[in-house]
Amino acid sequence: MSTPLAPTKNDLYAYTLRQADNSMVLCQRLCQWAARGPELEEDIGLTNIGLDLIGQARSLYQYSASLFDRPVDENDLAFLRDPHEWSNLLLVEQPNGDFADTIARQYCYDAWHLPFLEQLTASNDTTLAAIAAKSVKEARYHVRHSSMWVKRLGDGTEVSHRRMQDAITAVWPFIAEMFIADELDQRMLEIDVGVDLRALQSAWESQVSALLANATLSKPIDVKAIVGGRQGQHTEHLDDLLLEMQALPRSMPNHQW
Amino acid sequence: MTHKKGYPLWEVFIRSNRGIDHKHAGSLRAADAEMALQNARDLYTRRSEGVSIWVVPSNQIVASDPDDKETLFDPAEDKVYRHPTFYSLPDELEHM
Repeated sequence: MSTPLAPTKNDLYAYTLRQADNSMVLCQRLCQWAARGPELEEDIGLTNIGLDLIGQARSLYQYSASLFDRPVDENDLAFLRDPHEWSNLLLVEQPNGDFADTIARQYCYDAWHLPFLEQLTASNDTTLAAIAAKSVKEARYHVRHSSMWVKRLGDGTEVSHRRMQDAITAVWPFIAEMFIADELDQRMLEIDVGVDLRALQSAWESQVSALLANATLSKPIDVKAIVGGRQGQHTEHLDDLLLEMQALPRSMPNHQW
Repeated sequence: MTHKKGYPLWEVFIRSNRGIDHKHAGSLRAADAEMALQNARDLYTRRSEGVSIWVVPSNQIVASDPDDKETLFDPAEDKVYRHPTFYSLPDELEHM
């Protein structure tokens, strides 16, 4: 049996859309911090990361749109799909909570996203590889920023330590999903287009364990994983997020500034 | 100057892409040098303003007294001969 060299258009569309959805949803979460940051400086820091993510999302949506079997554009994909059509990880849609919750979510994602992108730069698909090459520098800064805060808050005051620990515990059920490869991931991996998600896990765990230890935080154990994002089974938080994000384009279709 | 959380003030100096010196860009609040550098990157280089950042604790900067302005600076005003405009400079000499 010969291995197909190129993915089907549908597979490539769906695979690209997953990555776009991750960036878009997390961007929307970070933008919700605008004007609410704990410090003016951090307010801009978080929204800068959001801007990086929306840049990545746009490139990925444009590519997805070019692969779709009907004429659509990036805006249709971002603003006109219902929650069950979104394929982002459950982690990124979790609410902002307090600053520690946001940082826990961000760090756990960044520590996954960076090696994910590093692998994707070697993709057989030249467009995905090019988008990854551009994004990888941004992700390198993101993980530096979020890991700094995990350490500061964990190893900070009694209150910041407690909040950071609670936040790590709260995001932990959503970690396992990042490393689960479904059939699409498997097919994309076999033809060297996609990323080997399982291979990311051990590096992620050792890196995160080291930082948590450094930050005097403990790693949650025996946590029951919650999964389903890639299959469109989301937590209720995505509904609220999309309701807000899509309100304007849905109420005024094709509106121009 | 006190702040609600006690983060000290830092002065930020940025060297632009084509510049040879760091120029004062502004100030910010940060708990320590590492945070000050990251904040400076986020606040002052987001429109490609720079390729290098210095941060300095504001309280380490010693400033001249504004009341000394006349004493310190006015005497230089009528000494045009101190400007090197009366000499012809070789073409190879850059950054003058």
